[in-house]
Amino acid sequence: MNIDTNARYRASHEYARKDGAEIVAGISDHAQSSLGDIVFVELPEVGKTLKQGEAFGVVESVKAASDLYMPMSGKIVAVNEDLQGDPALVNKDCYGKGWMIRFAPADPSEWNGLMDAAAYGKEAGKE
Amino acid sequence: MNLRPEPLVFELSSPGRTAVSLPKGDTPSYELPAGLVREDSKLPELDELTVVRHFTRLSQKNFSIDTHFYPLGSCTMKYNPKANEVAAGLPGWRNTHPLVGAEFSQGAIELIHKLQVMLGEIGGFEAVSLQPAAGAHGELAGVFMIRAYHLSRGDSKRVKILIPDSAHGTNPASCTMAGLETVTIPSNAEGGVDMDALKAALDDTVAGIMITNPNTLGLFERNIEEIARLVHGAGGLVYGDGANMNALTGVFKPGEAGIDVMHFNLHKTFSTPHGGGGPGSGMVGAGKTLAPFLPGPVAAMEGGKYVLRDPAKTVGKMKAFYGNFGVLVRAYAYIRMLGAEGMRRVAENAVLNANYLKSLVEKDFPVKYPRRCMHEFVAMGDIAPGIHTLDIAKRLIDYGIHPPTIYFPLIVPEALMVEPTETEDKEALEEFAAVMRKIAEEAKANPELLHAAPTTTPIGRLDEVAAARCPVLCYRG
Repeated sequence: MNIDTNARYRASHEYARKDGAEIVAGISDHAQSSLGDIVFVELPEVGKTLKQGEAFGVVESVKAASDLYMPMSGKIVAVNEDLQGDPALVNKDCYGKGWMIRFAPADPSEWNGLMDAAAYGKEAGKE
Repeated sequence: MNLRPEPLVFELSSPGRTAVSLPKGDTPSYELPAGLVREDSKLPELDELTVVRHFTRLSQKNFSIDTHFYPLGSCTMKYNPKANEVAAGLPGWRNTHPLVGAEFSQGAIELIHKLQVMLGEIGGFEAVSLQPAAGAHGELAGVFMIRAYHLSRGDSKRVKILIPDSAHGTNPASCTMAGLETVTIPSNAEGGVDMDALKAALDDTVAGIMITNPNTLGLFERNIEEIARLVHGAGGLVYGDGANMNALTGVFKPGEAGIDVMHFNLHKTFSTPHGGGGPGSGMVGAGKTLAPFLPGPVAAMEGGKYVLRDPAKTVGKMKAFYGNFGVLVRAYAYIRMLGAEGMRRVAENAVLNANYLKSLVEKDFPVKYPRRCMHEFVAMGDIAPGIHTLDIAKRLIDYGIHPPTIYFPLIVPEALMVEPTETEDKEALEEFAAVMRKIAEEAKANPELLHAAPTTTPIGRLDEVAAARCPVLCYRG
């Protein structure tokens, strides 16, 4: 299981990573590996404001379709357009080219409530 | 099974071939306007014998409950008794028309009425509507009813439906179609609803909860009465997903445990054809609170005659005419053949068969929630390095068994959801268990056999990822 130590995590397997004042989010390596081959990713419109825990999109694999949840509240400033043509990027490089959204956090203190890499590794290991 | 790959009907086409010779027209002919004429429609041109052989050969490739064991979890692929077909084929049913007035179709309305009463008795409901044409259609009707109930009381802020994470995917889809929001409630360590999460989610914006019992793990929701009490206490209503009613008939009445509205799948529990052989029927039953909101028309007895009428506050029609009537006849015949005692034995034997099979299979395929199951159980297929549930499922096809439901419910990784139903005998269950044991051995000794499966079918392993990523839906020859 590959865990980005610079990121923080939700129990529902989304990661959040700081990039300047903004946050880049996607799903963890554990999540992409459990989902299997990803065939479709639905992402929100740029400019949309979402609360922490609200669904920002859907990821669909040959096995299942799952909602994606905001790790923190914020306004979407960019989405990864490459995933429309090549959703397999999430399988290949979930923390890099397979990123999903970039948002401006509404409440940066929410970061502190997310799991760090060690805590997430322990949590995901239970499954 | 006929194993030769069958060409597409388009590939059999030959220009100018026809199955019938039409007589020469005796009216003047006109040219179609140029803009409306297509040259590229590529309709197949074949003679009658080629068409008959093509479709007969395709039919010989059918995989059905009449030919093979079919333990497809949550789908209750039980045997459909042939007596049902005899009943549904009676000329009195076959030759009637839905627009014939009630006075000339007393027998048909009587059957609808009696079936409503019997299903109401089985579920513990005040009233029943046979309108919906499928399980998810029944769910949609139920969610419409819950919404209509709140709106009828001027309560427009209840927009959320709570749904456990083990639910059928149709539950959130039905809510979304009815314009309501869904909130997921996690499962606890025993596979039931997490009661603390439920309590935390309850407030005056909750329209209701959709609960499946037994749930999709095949486990009885022991807190069902407490769940109903909590939801009712917060002003919400309780929807019961009756897809798994086969575990409960004659033993447990959901209407008496606080379920306000529920659908049953006649094509699962009540032995009417399922899948491509349908059509389905997803009747809804309701308790006192929601009975006035049922879809109409429903059958009733008035002044010594059977009539069709709408419930007082009906959400309206869900389907043309009176539901899938031919299916209702089959379900009626089934219930009358079994009687009350027989309906109870259906549930008892469904649960017994599932538990016997679970005890045989769980040594090789671990079950995540090992407590005693109801009508089905969920095992896991990742039993050897590099082996996934999909490989197990494909290998089962080589042994002439329809694979169980796979990768569902979502809360069990590598899920294999097995539902044998009560219509299989002990030998069939033991044969399935022996095949599973053999596949488990193959997974360890010769995993390539599983990765290559199926090899005994006209077409082998399909590239499901390519099919999902780049689907080709039209013939492009």
